[in-house]
Amino acid sequence: MGAYAYRAPSSVEEALSTLAAEAAAGNRAQMLAGGTDVMVQMRSIDKGPRTFVDVKHVAEANELRIGDDDVFIGAAIASAVLNENDELKSILPGLIEAADLIGSTQIQGRATIGGNLCNSSPAGDTIPALIACGAVCVIASPGGEREVPTEDFVTGVGTNVLEPTEFLVGFKIPRPKGRSSDAYLRFIPRTEMDIAVCGAGVALTLDGSGVCTAAKVSIGAVAITALVVPDAAGALVGTTVDDGALAAAADASSALAKPITDKRGTVEYRKKVVGVLTKRAGAIARDRALAL
Amino acid sequence: MSKQHVSTTINGDAVEFLCEPHQSLLDVLRDELGLTGTKEGCATGDCGACSVMIDGRLVCSCLMLGVEAEGVDVTTIEGIAGADGLHVIQEKYLEHAALQCGICTPGFIVATKALLDRNPDPDETTIRYWLAGNLCRCTGYDKIIRAVQDAAQNLAYEA
Ligand SMILES: Cc1cc2nc3c(=O)[nH]c(=O)nc-3n(C[C@H](O)[C@H](O)[C@H](O)COP(=O)(O)OP(=O)(O)OC[C@H]3O[C@@H](n4cnc5c(N)ncnc54)[C@H](O)[C@@H]3O)c2cc1C
Ligand code: FES
Ligand code: FES
Repeated sequence: MGAYAYRAPSSVEEALSTLAAEAAAGNRAQMLAGGTDVMVQMRSIDKGPRTFVDVKHVAEANELRIGDDDVFIGAAIASAVLNENDELKSILPGLIEAADLIGSTQIQGRATIGGNLCNSSPAGDTIPALIACGAVCVIASPGGEREVPTEDFVTGVGTNVLEPTEFLVGFKIPRPKGRSSDAYLRFIPRTEMDIAVCGAGVALTLDGSGVCTAAKVSIGAVAITALVVPDAAGALVGTTVDDGALAAAADASSALAKPITDKRGTVEYRKKVVGVLTKRAGAIARDRALAL
Repeated sequence: MSKQHVSTTINGDAVEFLCEPHQSLLDVLRDELGLTGTKEGCATGDCGACSVMIDGRLVCSCLMLGVEAEGVDVTTIEGIAGADGLHVIQEKYLEHAALQCGICTPGFIVATKALLDRNPDPDETTIRYWLAGNLCRCTGYDKIIRAVQDAAQNLAYEA
């Protein structure tokens, strides 16, 4: 029988050796970021001893760098802190609005986008937004650093590509160039504090005459993992993202969605609504790009 | 069980305590330190009764480990009133009858303090969104909103 323990490593190197030592000792180690999933699950579906490895003191996981070519967002940064960064918000408004949807003020003060992704819920709000903006997961591994595109990170409900001796350091996101922007929308029956019935993230680039030259669309809560919708992106590229193009993108999202029926919505309803969200998020991303 | 030693600051005072590694800050405050003003409504992050500030930021103490308080500055409801009496926010909650049973009130007051510390002049929508993580079964919220607005005006007048 193991016991509960808590470690607060201050660097990637120290965190990796902590994870390795726990694995060698046969202990379960669990990374801890904001704890807003970990603490709830520890009291309900996931009781039992473990060593918490707190990522919040790992220096590299607290870094936020806005470079000319990419943006790095450390996995330990709380969404309230991201939301207070006006430069980041203007560069990646869709990702930040997704982070801002998570829970209340209190939850925002702790919750991270890294934790949202690593929790790997089908309804995690930041996951489609991360995928749409092309975020790459920077993973600390005993063999060195490895990078995994966000769309390849989650492997099933609550599971992902991380080995027990690895952890997420942060996200590397290509800095949107020229007239590029993104948007994320989710549908919930109330205005705050609920789990997405479905969600859609759209990132796109327009040329000087307003024609879309690149797009990425991702939808959430309508399958085991968030999905990339290549046909929706294809419907937008080469158009001015007009009503016809948006309607075609909506149809592509509805067609690809493989939702379940539960108390939040039926299959038919979710397929329909995820299309509507794709259309609306596309229009918002377009208007944001046009305003640049 | 091996308890862990934690050094922290609570309401301006240096505090040391021992706790289990998986004990929540809420349980530490209430059961180890006797600071029972902070309430437990749900222990799942939904109700806000356990709200405290960590380095000035509003959080749920039920979703934080006691050991995570090492080296930080914790503000609980016990730290809101001054030496010479209640804080204006507390007075306004009383004046506007913004509480009935009172179980939610410490959380609301700490959340209000966190809001007014960073935004002294919030509009009603801002107040309602900021307090969306604090649930009240009794008041219907309107009196709470009026108390917050009145407190904001008074604080602005005092400043
Ligand atoms: C009241 C309430 C409302 C909520 N509302 C929403 C919502 O609207 N939308 C939504 O999507 N979610 C919501 N959530 C869920 C939760 O807040 C989010 O998933 C949050 O982003 C989790 O982040 P965290 O930092 O708290 O993660 P933690 O709880 O610390 O961790 C979550 C998981 O990720 C792992 N992990 C964390 N960081 C790392 C890392 N760096 N490397 C490897 N593994 C790691 C942990 O081991 C754990 O398995 C809500 C939760 C509550 C309590
Ligand atoms: S007791 Fe912490 S949010 Fe309800
Ligand atoms: S006064 Fe009773 S719950 Fe708010």
